[in-house]
Amino acid sequence: MSTNALRVRRVRGKGAGLGLLAWLLGVAFFLPIAWMALTSFHSEQDAATNPPSFAAALTLDGYREFFGAGGGASPWPALINSTVASVASTLLVLLLAFPAAYALSINRVRKWTDVLFFFLSTKMLPAVAGLLPIYLFAKNAGMLDNIWLLVILYTSMNLPIAVWMMQSFLAEIPVAVIEAARVDGARLPTVLARVVAPIALPGIAATALICFIFSWNELLFARVLTGVVAETAPVFLTGFITSQGLFLAKVCAASLVISLPVLAAGFAAQDKLVQGLSLGAVK
Amino acid sequence: MTATTTAPLAAPETRTPVRRPSARLRAWATRAPLLPALIFMIVVTQLPFVATLVISFFDWNSLYPDARQFTGLDNYQEVLTDPDLRRSVWTTVLLTVAVVLASLVLGLVLALLLDRRFRGRGIVRTLLIAPFLVVPVAAALLWKHVLYNPEYGLFNGLLHYVGGPQPDWISNTPLLAVEASLVWQWTPFMMLILLAGLQSRDHQQIEAARVDGASDWQIFVHLTLPHLRRYLELGALLGSIYIVQNFDAVFTITSGGLGTANLPYTVYQSFYQAHENGLASAAGVLVVIGSIVIATFALRVVSSLFREEVSRA
Repeated sequence: MSTNALRVRRVRGKGAGLGLLAWLLGVAFFLPIAWMALTSFHSEQDAATNPPSFAAALTLDGYREFFGAGGGASPWPALINSTVASVASTLLVLLLAFPAAYALSINRVRKWTDVLFFFLSTKMLPAVAGLLPIYLFAKNAGMLDNIWLLVILYTSMNLPIAVWMMQSFLAEIPVAVIEAARVDGARLPTVLARVVAPIALPGIAATALICFIFSWNELLFARVLTGVVAETAPVFLTGFITSQGLFLAKVCAASLVISLPVLAAGFAAQDKLVQGLSLGAVK
Repeated sequence: MTATTTAPLAAPETRTPVRRPSARLRAWATRAPLLPALIFMIVVTQLPFVATLVISFFDWNSLYPDARQFTGLDNYQEVLTDPDLRRSVWTTVLLTVAVVLASLVLGLVLALLLDRRFRGRGIVRTLLIAPFLVVPVAAALLWKHVLYNPEYGLFNGLLHYVGGPQPDWISNTPLLAVEASLVWQWTPFMMLILLAGLQSRDHQQIEAARVDGASDWQIFVHLTLPHLRRYLELGALLGSIYIVQNFDAVFTITSGGLGTANLPYTVYQSFYQAHENGLASAAGVLVVIGSIVIATFALRVVSSLFREEVSRA
């Protein structure tokens, strides 16, 4: 056997070993989620045994309990509130961010980088820094426990990310394409709707997904500013913080159901997720 | 709002042959699409912060609203000398540094592994991203009840099989328990950023180095790491910004008990439970000052990445 063939074999062997290591680590990271999923299908008795029962009978009781069959609070109002807050704020973000991104990438304002950095700097202002005045304002304006207050706050939370992402997507559109449309006599609204928007559509969709995920996940504002009526899904989950003993299957079912929209959105946009979260700096 | 933004936008297009619009008008037409977003951000984020700043100079407990009075810097003095608050500053630093460093190192290992071709790479990548996509409160509940519980948690369940001890994780090592759950959530994020960095390497350069006889380790130290430096910095800074502000994990896993209260949790508690508006605001302002220190550095790094991108374009 030639030394060359030997070397190839050794390299292949190492590659397989590292591939196996990657698989092991991947499974280890996923194990808590897999275990949560399995537990959610166990009866409360089987869920709370030590050592854990891997082969216990499967049941939908945890999910029935979560959806209020056992007389507990129904999660539907919270799920609907989260959907309203996330979808409405995402739409508002897109409505505000798209023109802004246009002004920062295609028809550029002067000092556009400074403006871009202003947006980013608001992201670095911790939420707690404005929480109290917002609470006092909401209390005086009678807007406590009102889902539309969350819509406005979530919009301000996601707008900087959306402006950054969208400007990086729009900046990739060749100027020549836009110029050509203009020469053909298209007015700006037409250019935006017929030329810019279709090219930027994947980017706009990714931006929307990220805004949706962040709004859906948010806890601090929702916890402080909502109560009975406008409670969101994460606030509903905090009801399980002190749950002891025989509610494990229900906790797991609740966590999974409430995470499902984010898991689905995140898997759908894996690559765009990094690009968005790193504010377009990583391609 | 769109109606008001699109109307001035059309201005430069509708110029008449008789008189060109002034430069000033054109500048406003360029600026107009930006204004709704800009004004919205200033009103919703900057005004409340100014209000926080003002409130921080008052002695104001919302249970005794009539006793409100100006106290100058007293709140700051109290915040800085309060042992609980000072401890929460330290907790915030420990939590942030530990989680960012651990998730960066783990993320780097995973990114290096995933950069290689192997069977099922796509599946492994998807498995690894999942922790980042669980709602943070749900993730914290998962760790608190399903993994850490001393009686029926998975960790002690697995230890049972090897005959190990059955510790009460959250009571014994509370801060570490919170950190571990956050490392689990943030490692995928670091991995994704570093993987993007690895895949943007110059492969010809690596091939050339290999032909010249460089070992894998030499290539890693002299080519890969320098290339990844800015991606590592970006991951560290973005991670810091989010983890400094962490509320969900601290609130859910320990409710700030056992020395795990970080600054956001402490601020939340001092106005939500103790109703000390002035003190909470002063603490909030201090959190902002701390964040500005990180942010100044962060902006510099992000802007260097960004400049490079602009010059490339």
